[in-house]
Amino acid sequence: MDPTTTRPDVSTSDRPRLARHVRLTFSPTRQQHLLMQPETVVVLHGSGAQILELCDGRRTVGEIVAELASRYRTVPDDEVRQFLSRLVARRYLELADG
Amino acid sequence: MDSPFGLLAELTYRCPLACPYCSNPLNMADYRDELSTREWQRVLVEARDLGVLQCHLSGGEPLLRRDLVEIVTGAHRLGLYTNLVTSALGFSRPRAEQLRAAGLDHVQISIQSDEPAGSDRIAGTPSFDRKIEAMGVVKELGWPLTMNVVLHRQNIDRVADLVRLAEEVGADRLELANTQYYGWAWRNREALLPSRDQLEAAELVVRAARQRLRDRIDVIYVIPDYYSRYPKPCMGGWASRQLTVTPNGDVLPCPAAQSLPLPRANVRADSLERIWSESPVMTAFRGTDWMPDPCRSCDRRELDFGGCRCQAFQLTGDAARTDPVCHLSPDHDLVARAVEAANADPRDLPLIPRPHQVRPPTRVSS
Repeated sequence: MDPTTTRPDVSTSDRPRLARHVRLTFSPTRQQHLLMQPETVVVLHGSGAQILELCDGRRTVGEIVAELASRYRTVPDDEVRQFLSRLVARRYLELADG
Repeated sequence: MDSPFGLLAELTYRCPLACPYCSNPLNMADYRDELSTREWQRVLVEARDLGVLQCHLSGGEPLLRRDLVEIVTGAHRLGLYTNLVTSALGFSRPRAEQLRAAGLDHVQISIQSDEPAGSDRIAGTPSFDRKIEAMGVVKELGWPLTMNVVLHRQNIDRVADLVRLAEEVGADRLELANTQYYGWAWRNREALLPSRDQLEAAELVVRAARQRLRDRIDVIYVIPDYYSRYPKPCMGGWASRQLTVTPNGDVLPCPAAQSLPLPRANVRADSLERIWSESPVMTAFRGTDWMPDPCRSCDRRELDFGGCRCQAFQLTGDAARTDPVCHLSPDHDLVARAVEAANADPRDLPLIPRPHQVRPPTRVSS
């Protein structure tokens, strides 16, 4: 990935979903949630997996944040969007139009 | 010691293609006693238990294994991300549909050039049209597609056309991998090694393509290490992240490591877990303790791990030396001379095709 590439941030109305070549999984051996591509693996920490489970291409980012807010006391909207933006930049996530 | 992320399952070395850059071993006869379906199923379970997440089904041509669908089914049920690495010969629609139903996650298809004559010439067999057709089936059945091209002196000038082809077939990923000189490729090194001008032109094209296609195609470019200042971080470190199981069950840190003078470890004799943690083939170059100077005192030792052990062995006869690709290596001259030769004469030498390896195995798998 070209590090100089700049991308717009994910907006509240975007509907993210996992890219077709990506799978979200839990490894019992490693006790970790992971995002898998053919050649790379991203280890998910904290609430990463819960966020991604909601990325179904139907929910908007706003709805995802609201859903998380009903489960956790504090859900920093900008952090969720940053997390999603990074994954979009690395093509783990795709955005359906808002 | 970390646990491995990826298993390269080399199901067979039999292959309908005869690519001159093939990196598989020369001593094919040693690999004819292929693991059975049941043995592969056990290997997959042991790999999963060891922490493996991704399973690359490769070869040779994995579609020559009649039990491929069963093996994929097993891997998928274990939760592994399954990737088929294929020439696409034998990827018929019914077979593709079975593999889709079995849970295969991803398909990588090799192609040798962007136009039929050149591709067929390098592959050593008429195959271009079938590959394009297979790529269509991959997309139609909803799989992600990687198009893989091994780059060398005789096709690297066509890199812009290769990118265009990847767009046309709807590839999600395009792997442009400069040849690595192992196995049969070593014999053809002089004919395969591109010139500096060729590389510079290709890299400009790749950079522009990455930028232009950034939302559509992941363009992966594997650099030609002969032209690098520092060696590649081979396999992310010896026996650190990946392991390979060869068609006869030998376990290796990488597919080229069969060439090294290390004692064999085989899944028929031992568990994958024990082999990974204890066998000399895994422990010989794990970490940094084995390193001689200049690696030992180099601040890049945790970045490139001294480069490639197989390349060090191939070029110097000693697997524990610094990869001669590194400009700090006392053996760097060996690489510099090959590069000099590749730039001295603009002519192309003839490629020696790899003899076809399509004979059936000695044992019928069951």
